[in-house]
Amino acid sequence: MFEELRDLYNATILERGRRPLHMHKLDAFDLTAKGDNPMCGDRVQVWVKLAPDGAIAATGFDARGCEISKAAADLMVEAVAGKTASDTKSLFAAFRTLAQTGQCPDCAEALAPMLPLAAVHEYPSRVKCATLPWHALIAALDGQGNSTSE
Amino acid sequence: MNDAAAFDLAAIRAQFPILSQKIRGKDLVFLDSAASAQKPRAVIDAMVGAMETQYANIHRGLHWMSERTTEAYEGARDAAARLLNAADRSEIVFVRNSTEAINLVAHSYGRGIMKPGQAVVISAMEHHSNIVPWQMLRDAHGTELRVAPITDAGELDMAAYEALFADGKVGLVAITHMSNVLGSYTPAERIVQIAHAHGAKVLLDGSQAIVHRRIDVRALDADFYVFTGHKLYGPTGIGVLYGKRALLDAMPPWMGGGDMISSVSYEKSTWAQVPHKFEAGTPAILEGIGLKAAIDWVEAIGYPAIAAHEAALTDHALARLSAVEGLTVIGRAQDRGGVVSFTLDRAHAHDIATLLDRNGVAVRAGHHCAEPLMRRLGLESTARASFGIYTTPAEIDVLADTLIKVREFFK
Repeated sequence: MFEELRDLYNATILERGRRPLHMHKLDAFDLTAKGDNPMCGDRVQVWVKLAPDGAIAATGFDARGCEISKAAADLMVEAVAGKTASDTKSLFAAFRTLAQTGQCPDCAEALAPMLPLAAVHEYPSRVKCATLPWHALIAALDGQGNSTSE
Repeated sequence: MNDAAAFDLAAIRAQFPILSQKIRGKDLVFLDSAASAQKPRAVIDAMVGAMETQYANIHRGLHWMSERTTEAYEGARDAAARLLNAADRSEIVFVRNSTEAINLVAHSYGRGIMKPGQAVVISAMEHHSNIVPWQMLRDAHGTELRVAPITDAGELDMAAYEALFADGKVGLVAITHMSNVLGSYTPAERIVQIAHAHGAKVLLDGSQAIVHRRIDVRALDADFYVFTGHKLYGPTGIGVLYGKRALLDAMPPWMGGGDMISSVSYEKSTWAQVPHKFEAGTPAILEGIGLKAAIDWVEAIGYPAIAAHEAALTDHALARLSAVEGLTVIGRAQDRGGVVSFTLDRAHAHDIATLLDRNGVAVRAGHHCAEPLMRRLGLESTARASFGIYTTPAEIDVLADTLIKVREFFK
């Protein structure tokens, strides 16, 4: 009945949604922020440790939500490892295009970890699930405590 | 089941054009009526007909079109008064929705009549629309906000409710008549009796209840009763605040503007009589006409038949859903209506909703605008199936059968 849904709920998403590798608070961190989707109740918090040069050294998160939002957060951690704040924002812009349209003509190779979420554009009400952790991460980098995917 | 025997479900469904829509090639199984109900042909035709043949602004025109439109719009007030068994049509105030009705009472009765230090009692199963206006009143006016707890079954804890009145500070109770999450009815008569015995007024939020049960505000002795048109098979943008005439007379206006005045000068304006005192500006004319059509339509079918149909559906849903492995029905109130919330062990509510949608089944998933209730239940979110007059047992079977496959998908 649901085989066509495997484009969204593919093996990577199911694996990362259920057994995220990075879903934990960092013992030592420089930045943190929460993200809320007030319409559905999803909530995420990210913690970021910066390297001396200001790049992202480590990211951890806690999430309450669906498989999509947890998998997106988990994959995001890998996509942004070692990136500067500016690179991270560019990556988010590219990921948002991917999530909304399924297209990403000039996607950097850095976005490769997020590609398992490409099919989310076929489910417009779920795009915010995938972008919520990114909103929280950008808020953390900008020194804001809270964000929303609305 | 005499009433149910007279209830021709196929004929009712045929009056809802949208029910013949296909969703990705599948029959639409619309189980989200508690969020907003679909509209019967009678409502659609009344609104389109008004626009095509009989439309002008109301209450002010001296021409034929305005007079006819005023008549049609004011007919909605008569219909609503009859629906609620109000003592007088002037006790029906038109608003946009239940949220606006509650805000009107919170502003006008709350700030105008209640004194700082008095308390407002709500319950632990309120929609945000019956929480936030009272928080705003508390913060602006110095009233207190008290929350009557619920039991684990999802029923109002009546002993704890009564105990909230002990210090004599409660001035107003604002409680749902039926939970939009748990489907529980609250014992409205008893709620009112206890409140009145302690000198407090009562607002009942009937947004869900009025869809499923006959409401008699005089039998309940409710001081205020609110509902919204779009859940009762009517249009969006129109709702009703019922208030006892003496209370409405004593309350100051909330919004100022045209239609709500008796006279205006720069020094002083005087107010129109109720209900117009609370109806500033051009109202939702077409929506009022649509609401009248919806009320007439519901009353023609009759609440006994509606209630019997929905009770049977709810029993069937509870039986079928409870039999789905890994599924937990949230709330087990004795007196409940056609709203069933549930969780599934292997899937988050949003994922459930996305999969159900692929099979044409529309449910709501999330916190249902009742975050404090979710916290009380220890849940983040639930999926919710809610039933309307057009829902069939076969649709509930599609839901249950699909949920079994959802669970397999996430194994």
